[in-house]
Amino acid sequence: MLDKVIKQKLVVIGNGMAGIRTVEALLERAPDLYDITVFGSEPYGNYNRILLSPVLAGEKTVDDIMLNTVDWYEDNNITLRKGETISMIDRRTCEVVTEAGERVPYDRLLIATGSNPIMLPLPGKDLPGVIGFRDIYDVDRMIKASTDYRNAVVIGGGLLGLEAANGLMKRGMNVTVVHLLDTLMERQLDPVAGGLLRKSLEERGMVFKMPAQTQAILGEDRVTGVRFGDGTELPADLVVMAVGIRPNFELAKKAGLYCERGIVVSDTMQTYDGRIYAVGECVQHRRQTYGLVAPLFDQAKVCANHLAMKGFATYDGSVTSTKLKVTGIDLFSAGDFAPGPDKEEIVLQDANRGVYKRIILKDKKIVGAVLYGDTIDGPWYFQHLRDGTDVSHMRERLVFGAANLGDGGVSGQNSVAAMSDETEICGCNGVCKGAIVKAISEKKLFTLDDVRAHTKASSSCGSCTGLVEQVLAFTLGGDYSAAPKVKPLCKCTDHSHDDVRRVIVEQQLKTIPAVMRFMEWKTLNGCHSCRPALNYYLLATWPGEYRDDQQSRFINERVHANIQKDGTYSVVPRMWGGVTTPSELRAIADVAEKFNIPTVKVTGGQRIDLLGVKKEDLPAVWADLNDAGMVSGHAYAKGLRTVKTCVGSEWCRFGTQDSTGLGVKLEKFMWGSWTPAKVKLGVSGCPRNCAEATCKDVGVVCVDSGYEIHFAGAAGLHIKGTEFLTKVETEDECLEVIVALTQLYREEGWYLERMYKWCDRVGLEQIRKRVVDDVANRKALFARFAYSQQFAQTDPWAERASHGVDRNEFAPLAELELA
Amino acid sequence: MTQWIEIGALADIPRLGSRVVRTPGGNIAVFRTESDEVFALDDRCPHKGGPLSQGIVHNKRVTCPLHNFVIELASGQAVAPDEGCTHTHPAKVENGIVWLSVRQAAAVS
Repeated sequence: MLDKVIKQKLVVIGNGMAGIRTVEALLERAPDLYDITVFGSEPYGNYNRILLSPVLAGEKTVDDIMLNTVDWYEDNNITLRKGETISMIDRRTCEVVTEAGERVPYDRLLIATGSNPIMLPLPGKDLPGVIGFRDIYDVDRMIKASTDYRNAVVIGGGLLGLEAANGLMKRGMNVTVVHLLDTLMERQLDPVAGGLLRKSLEERGMVFKMPAQTQAILGEDRVTGVRFGDGTELPADLVVMAVGIRPNFELAKKAGLYCERGIVVSDTMQTYDGRIYAVGECVQHRRQTYGLVAPLFDQAKVCANHLAMKGFATYDGSVTSTKLKVTGIDLFSAGDFAPGPDKEEIVLQDANRGVYKRIILKDKKIVGAVLYGDTIDGPWYFQHLRDGTDVSHMRERLVFGAANLGDGGVSGQNSVAAMSDETEICGCNGVCKGAIVKAISEKKLFTLDDVRAHTKASSSCGSCTGLVEQVLAFTLGGDYSAAPKVKPLCKCTDHSHDDVRRVIVEQQLKTIPAVMRFMEWKTLNGCHSCRPALNYYLLATWPGEYRDDQQSRFINERVHANIQKDGTYSVVPRMWGGVTTPSELRAIADVAEKFNIPTVKVTGGQRIDLLGVKKEDLPAVWADLNDAGMVSGHAYAKGLRTVKTCVGSEWCRFGTQDSTGLGVKLEKFMWGSWTPAKVKLGVSGCPRNCAEATCKDVGVVCVDSGYEIHFAGAAGLHIKGTEFLTKVETEDECLEVIVALTQLYREEGWYLERMYKWCDRVGLEQIRKRVVDDVANRKALFARFAYSQQFAQTDPWAERASHGVDRNEFAPLAELELA
Repeated sequence: MTQWIEIGALADIPRLGSRVVRTPGGNIAVFRTESDEVFALDDRCPHKGGPLSQGIVHNKRVTCPLHNFVIELASGQAVAPDEGCTHTHPAKVENGIVWLSVRQAAAVS
C-alpha cells in the first residue's frame, strides 16, 4: 500500500512509563504518521514502576500494575521487541544496533532509557544477595530472599529505601535501615516530620542505624553482613541499595549526544541531534533531572506534540510533590521547604494526634508544604503552589486547610483514606469511594479526566474534584500530578484559555474555524466544551463584527429558555429589579392558562418561572409576554441574569438610598450582555442587606454616605462572601465602576469561570487597581461595554416571536404518518 | 426493501445542527454535518432519554444536552467509556432533498 511506503519510522528505546506515555500521546495526535518499534530490555509490557513497592509489600500483584499488555502493542500496530537491548546508536546512518547485531533504521528516535539504581562502590557490592530496587526482577529476588532468609539491611533512608524496607518487613524479614544523615527522607521532609516518620516506623518494628556510613559489605559466597565506618557490624542475608537513581544515558553518550547529568534536552524535548528526542528520567532539562511520574507525563505530552509535527508545545519544567507509599502512614511533601531569610513558615503541630503541618511562604505565595498524619489538603496546597496563588487573604486559616476555608466542597470529611467504600464522593452522580477505587485499579486510570470519563465522579458540578484527586493519590500511591499546570481549554487542544484569548486578538481571528485552523485544533469541529467557549470569546472580542454561531451555543442559549429533564423548557420573563405590575402578573397568568403550563414558581432571583413549556409553543408564549411589555429574562444565559433588590428608601423605614431604583438602572444598562459565566447582582438599601447582596457576583450595599461596591461572592457550589471593592458617593459612579468591573471580567475571564474564581486567579488588588484606581482605564472599560451593548440589547424573544428569526428551530422538519 | 420518504430540503437543516421529524413511534432527529452528510437517529439519548436533536453537533457526533453523553451519529453508539445505543435510521441526500427510511425498531419504542 502506498501509505505504508511513505510512513516514517519511529524507534523508541525504552519500554517504560515515559516512552510509552509519549507513544500513547503521539497516537492520539497523529495515529498514522509513523511505523513504531519499541525496544525494551525487560521481558514485559509497560508496567507502573511506581507501584513496585506495593507489589513487594504483597498488596498488589505484577498483573495489577501492568499498564500496557502485549495485546495493546498489537492493537496499535506497534512492534514491541521486549527483552532486546540496544547496544549502539549509529547517528551517521540513522540506525540503532541491537545486542545481537541487527541494525534497525529510524527517521526519528526517542530515547527513554530511564535510570539505574546507584550501586555504591563498596567492597563486596557484587556479592550475591546485594541488589538495587528498580524493576520487577529486583522485586522477584527480594521476595525470594524473604522466604529463604531472615535479616535484611536497606542502605538509604529516602523514599525508595523506606518503601523497600517496609515491603521486606511485611514479608517477615528483620529490617535495618541505614542512612547517612540523621533525618529520614531529607529531600522531602524537615527534621520534625522525619522524626515523626521514624517513630511511627519504629513502632511497626523497623530498626534504624543513622547517621551511619557503610564501609563494606561482608561475605564470601553470599553476603553475610555489613560493616560501618565506626567499626560496628550487622548481620545481613540481603542488602538492598536504595541510595538513589542515576539517569541512564550511557547509550546516548556513546553516540556522541551531549550529556551532563542526563541527556541534555531543549524545551521541545530534543537532544542536540534534531532527529533524536529524549524523555523521562534519563534527561536533563534546564539543569534539572526528575525521578517522579508527573514531570515525565508532562514531558511525554510535549514530545508527542513535536513528533506529531504540531510544533508548538514547550516544556517549562515541573514542580513535584511526593507521598510515601507505606500503608497507614500519611505523608505529603511538595516544593521547597528549606528555611531561608526571605521565607516565612506556618506550623501546626499536634503530637497526640500525630499531626504535623508546615507551610512555607515566600512573597505571599506557597512555595513548599510538608504534611504528616493529615495529608488531606496536600493536593490543595500543591494546586496553590503550582498556580502561584496570592494566599495573603486566607493566611490566618491557611494551615487548617481547604475545608476550613469553605473551599472544600464537601465538608466534614477528614481523610479519604478513612472513608468507607460506601461513602458517597460525588453527590451529583451518586458515585461512592469504592466505585472510584475499583475503576482506578481495574481500568488503570491515572488522571482526573480518566476518572471523570469512567465513573462520572466530579463530572457535573465539580465540587468533589478535590476529593476525587485525593482518592486518585490514595489509590495510586501519590506523586501523580492530577491536573497539568496550565490547563488546556478542552481535550481538542493543548492551548489554555488565556492562549486562545490572546491569539484571537493578536491574529485578528474572527470565526471559530479560523481559530481552530490557526491553533491547530486536534478535532474537526471541536466539541461541546470548546465551541461555546470560542463563540463567547469571539463575541466578546469583536462586538458588532462577529456573527454569533447558533450551532455553537448550548441549547438553552440557542432557544432562549432552559431545557428540563423531560425535554420541555422553562420561561422566565424579565422583571427589572424584581419589580412587577398587576398587568404583567395578569399576562403571566393568562399565558400559563392558555398554554397549559403545569408549574409556575418564584425563583431565588425575584422572578417568575413558567415550567414545562413545549418547545413548539415557545414563540407563541413569548409573543403573548411581549405584548404585555415583557422581554426575555435571560435566565438561561452565561450573561447578566438578575438584579435582586430590596425596597430601599422608597418604602423602608431603614432605607438609606433608592436601592430598587439603582437595581433597575443597573439591569436596564447591563441586560443582554454575554459574560464568561452567569452574573447575578444584588442591591441592598442599608447594611441590613435584605437583598443578600454580599453573596452575589456583584453586590451594592447602600449606606447613608453612598454606595459600597462588593464583588466575587458565591452562594451555590461554594459559599463565599463578597470582597469589598470600593465605596462611591453617587449612583452614576456606582454604575460606572460595576460596568467597568464586568467588562474586565468579560475580557479576561475564562469561559464558565464565575467571577469569584476569576478574582481568585487574578487577584483582588490587580482588579481594584484597574477598575478603581486607574480612572482612565475604568472609563475605557465602561466605553467598551457600552459599545458592545448596542449590538446585544435586542430582545431575543421578540426576534423569534415576531420577526421570524430561527423559525426552523421551533418547528419539526416533517410529520410522518407511517403505515 | 428500503422504503424512502422525502422529508424536506437539506437547506432547512442547519450545518452542524439538527431538525426533528415527528412519527407515531416518537421523534426522529435528523442531523447535518459540516460536510453535508445526514444521519437520522431516534431523538432519545440512551442515558436518560434526553432529546439529542437539541445537542451540539461536532464532526460525526452529537452531545446530549442533558448530561453530555456523546453519541456517534453513524452507529448510534455512546462514545466510550459511556455505554448505550440509540436506534439509527437510514437517511440520504439527493439533489438537495433529504430522504429517510424509518426502521420499525423506532415504532416499537
